[in-house]
Amino acid sequence: MEALSKIVKAAADAATGDEKNIAAAGSAGFAYGLAAIGPGIGIGMIFGSAIEAMARQPEAAGMVRTTMFLGVAFTEALALIGFVVVILLKYA
Amino acid sequence: MIINSILSFEFPPINELLRWRDVVPGLNKVGLIAIASALIGTLIFLSAARKDPKVAPKGTRNLAEVIVEFIENNIIMQTMGRDGLGWTPFLLTLFLFVYLCNVPGIIPFIQMPATARMAIPMFLAVLVWVVFNAQGIRHQGPIGYFKNLMFPPGVPKALYILITPIELISTLIIRPFSLAVRLFANMLAGHLLLVIFALLSEALFQARDRILIPIGIFPFFMLVFLTGFEVLVAFLQAYIFTILAAVYIAGAVHPEH
Repeated sequence: MEALSKIVKAAADAATGDEKNIAAAGSAGFAYGLAAIGPGIGIGMIFGSAIEAMARQPEAAGMVRTTMFLGVAFTEALALIGFVVVILLKYA
Repeated sequence: MIINSILSFEFPPINELLRWRDVVPGLNKVGLIAIASALIGTLIFLSAARKDPKVAPKGTRNLAEVIVEFIENNIIMQTMGRDGLGWTPFLLTLFLFVYLCNVPGIIPFIQMPATARMAIPMFLAVLVWVVFNAQGIRHQGPIGYFKNLMFPPGVPKALYILITPIELISTLIIRPFSLAVRLFANMLAGHLLLVIFALLSEALFQARDRILIPIGIFPFFMLVFLTGFEVLVAFLQAYIFTILAAVYIAGAVHPEH
């Protein structure tokens, strides 16, 4: 975390005019990449477990599917907040 | 820089993609889409209600019945159980409005989801927030509701130092925020993806370079694929928004014991 903030700070210090835009674009891409790691793993685990559950017990598929979408919605929210942060970094 | 000089490809500023000029004074494209989707939903159900209920259903009545059954079987029965069926009208309206606001994102010549502006998701999230808090207060009383919210039963006493602030913040602030941001960011991301691939394939097709023109087929295929994907996303986001509203209301009406 500290190393990350150092990089961002160094980029911001060096930035003037056009360089500042480049630094903003670079850190925006970096931020989204970091924000996507956790939710990517999480959504994969959710779908994997849901498929396993549905294959073991097909009669419970409806309930599993609803709960799966709930879990995906909560996990995905983190990645989407990352996306909004990128928009704010780049354009605000 | 090299690519720019060959292709004359430049991504437009974001305000050009999202901020529309007024069509009618005080109403831009997004507002018109929102009004149109409210009217279309109302018209479907009004015309379905005018049909004779004794004859076998057809046309709009069939459509309306499919939507109602979907809400009842796939959303309410899964989350709230049988006594939640009274919530069908509210959740049906929510689902239909969100879905009809999402779908214009892929309809040719309109191509702007009304939910890609923050105002509509935020208003809907505030509406859901007010409804589930009011239901909790009505069913458990103001003291009981906030007691259950801040001190969930079945937790060791010492843990309340940690749990009380987390629960309070997550229920009262994070819930409406994430509900709004989820819908908004999904639709905005889809819209931006479509814009990027459309602009890229246009720039490649019009390149002054014989090698680059056939390469333009790849972003074009991606554009077609993503348009199909957006059909799915538009439905899925409306479904998730409605199901989360149902879960929040069910949690407020029947607290854990």
